[in-house]
Amino acid sequence: MSAVSDEAIQKAKQDLDRHCVETIQWHFSPETGCPFWLDWAQKQGWDPRAEVKCFDDLIAKFPHFQDEWLRDLQPEVWIPKEFLGKPFNIFETGGTTGMPKQRIGWNDFRTDYSEFSEKISDEHFPRGGAWLMMGPTGPRRLRLAIEHLANVRGSSCYFIDLDPRWVKKLITNKHFDQAKAYMAHVVDQAALILKNRKVTGLFTTPKLLEALAEKVDLYEAGIRGVFAGGTTMDPQYVRFLIEELLEGQIGFYPTYGNTLMGLAASVPITAEDNYSVTYYAPQPRAVLRVVDPVETTQLRAYGEWGRVELTTMTKEFFMPRFLERDEAVRREARAPYAWDGVAQVRPFGAMEKNIVEGVY
Amino acid sequence: MEKLPHIPALRLGKTYESLNKLDVNRHADGQVLARVSTVNAGIIRKDLRKLDAARAALKKFTVAELIEISAKAGEEFLNGTLPLGDQGHTQSADDYVRTLSSTSGLPHNMVRMNMGKIHYALTHMQTVLDGLTRGLDLTIIDKGMGTQGGARCCFFPAAKSLGLVMPSNSPAVNSLWLPAIPLKYPVIIKPGREEPWTPYRLIQAFIAAGAPAEAFGFYATDHEGAGEILNKSGRALIFGDKNTTDQYANNPAVQCHGPGFSKILIGDDEIENWRDYIDLMDISATANGGRSCINASAIVVPKYGREIADALAKKIGPIAPTAADDANARLSGFANPKMAEWIDSSIESGLTEPGAEDMTAKYRDGARKVDDERGLFLRPTVIYCESTSHTLYNREFLFPYISVVEVPQSEMLEKMGPSLVLSAITKDEAFRAELLEADTIDRLNFGAVPTNKISWDQPHEGNMFEFLYRRRALEIGD
Repeated sequence: MSAVSDEAIQKAKQDLDRHCVETIQWHFSPETGCPFWLDWAQKQGWDPRAEVKCFDDLIAKFPHFQDEWLRDLQPEVWIPKEFLGKPFNIFETGGTTGMPKQRIGWNDFRTDYSEFSEKISDEHFPRGGAWLMMGPTGPRRLRLAIEHLANVRGSSCYFIDLDPRWVKKLITNKHFDQAKAYMAHVVDQAALILKNRKVTGLFTTPKLLEALAEKVDLYEAGIRGVFAGGTTMDPQYVRFLIEELLEGQIGFYPTYGNTLMGLAASVPITAEDNYSVTYYAPQPRAVLRVVDPVETTQLRAYGEWGRVELTTMTKEFFMPRFLERDEAVRREARAPYAWDGVAQVRPFGAMEKNIVEGVY
Repeated sequence: MEKLPHIPALRLGKTYESLNKLDVNRHADGQVLARVSTVNAGIIRKDLRKLDAARAALKKFTVAELIEISAKAGEEFLNGTLPLGDQGHTQSADDYVRTLSSTSGLPHNMVRMNMGKIHYALTHMQTVLDGLTRGLDLTIIDKGMGTQGGARCCFFPAAKSLGLVMPSNSPAVNSLWLPAIPLKYPVIIKPGREEPWTPYRLIQAFIAAGAPAEAFGFYATDHEGAGEILNKSGRALIFGDKNTTDQYANNPAVQCHGPGFSKILIGDDEIENWRDYIDLMDISATANGGRSCINASAIVVPKYGREIADALAKKIGPIAPTAADDANARLSGFANPKMAEWIDSSIESGLTEPGAEDMTAKYRDGARKVDDERGLFLRPTVIYCESTSHTLYNREFLFPYISVVEVPQSEMLEKMGPSLVLSAITKDEAFRAELLEADTIDRLNFGAVPTNKISWDQPHEGNMFEFLYRRRALEIGD
């Protein structure tokens, strides 16, 4: 395992503290902040700009971000002054029932995915080689993000849409035959593209990857790299994908991400990982912590399971201490990342109840 | 050796240790006895695409050679010390008896009885195949065609493999798939949760006897994986309750082995002699701990129902749990306590409906459910039902349970419901003729034959040869 020096960890912490203070200054200054946070601070009776001097202060002083705020309020309340008058993208999260959470943005997705481009190899995603995205497009950030990722690498991208809300509805209502038929419909379209177009890079979800690989010899079809995310991948499943499906010939890049965070990349899997994938948030823009599900200010010890807490800090969006509907194992820093990672992510409470994940 | 045995997946000739494993526990105290690798459905789907090689490995042998291998496998299974997993452990026959008993709840004597049945099937494979094929010249299977009874005939395999989603209740059910090997069919097995031992030992016995390892798939898996085995093996057997088997009732590629609802019937002509048949009723209800689909679960008589129920209850009601190694043990423990609790509460709930009485209650000196250091047991239960419409008539549970009901002989066929096995005690030729015509009876015994008596030359509940092979018309020109 690539050890990380104490100096590197210390420096990452200083960078995080500095970034955190800058973000707080930005969002809570009347000259630059957005209506929501300015209003919120006024009601709290304390000034975050004065009291948050480091990331630990943020954790100590801010409550958990409420997802209702992203459902119930109009998007305009989240516009920082500097972006006033500039049209924004509206991105949505899963949204299986009722109003989905919405995040607005301008350039964050480009920043996140340009950064991610540096973490994937030219061998697996040759510059200029076309991409295929088979996954949720529609109102999701992912669609523009993947196209941007391809573009920054000099590539273009084909798209096959998947509506995860429909799949979840089918599975919840036990319409398994329809869910299978829909999945086959999605996979058939991807197979058709691979048959008729030269594609080298693939983004998809693990379940769709499995279905596609059973239909098409991916290596023969020209695929050299797969970038996947979306559902739980336990170590055995990761091993299955790498050994049995991609047969060691195709680069595999598991990721953990969503509309609210961006993208947490994984470090290359080594034998000693036993196929347990650890993800590292794009710190300092986003921070993932594994916390005690009850005492959520308390971090779990390394190697222990806990609930995933996300803090996003960009000029476009500030979201402190949002409790994800996921649980994970807390892992130590690992080069090139000098901060904590989260491993074996799965739906929160997965051990206690059945959770519909569908194909995404 | 301190390490626990690990039973890997067997992937048509290759062992595979998964990162995901299930513990197999001793039912009495939960102690882990082995770990079993579990695989996801994708691995099974991938392996099922390689069945041609698995079948080719078996096709190198003639049926006659595979019958010989089966016989050797029978000896290995009954007496041999065979590999247990991939950590260097071995398993003697006595180890197998003790281990299976401790995880399934079956007492040693019943495990040995089941071993005997399996051994018999393996060492009498020619007889079994003669029964299944009605004496077909088995070289026709080797050559694909030949002449039988003066007529040209040609048989071809209906699929590339036989898939099995096995139960945990009784090891002898494994004997159902044994003919597949001499019939040159690879087997793809999902073992029962508490019973990986028997199919794994059988596979090892076959391999030790000279069968190709490529012919065997052994996959502990989840619900999705089980579905793949059933749907993609080509031909498959499923064992389960009615809800499970109903899902495949209209699928000709899946043979369902659900509850048997086996019965004993006494005709008007024999009913005055009912006392002569109490021992037959006892053995039919209690053999193998009452766990089999061929155990009788109902007795249908034209009169004396209450008297018969009382006499049977007096005989089997006192049967009590014993130590697993007691040579006279007649009850099995429950590996799954929830199952025992569900059964007990279902019976108690049924008894709240008027028209039924637990005739065993007064003979068993205590509750039906016994939970002590030996494990969790349900004691034999005989229910007298006033009518076939009562909830407790014709129920089948995983212990010695039997209902007794009075029905006029003229209404028996209409009211008694379907039976995997029916032992009909009657010499009335007209009634026998009616029974022979009935399509609700699978195996029919006339006279004093216990329902649990099986004969390998008389296949029941689906003929494996007809399931695995199809006949084709063939003409050969000059």
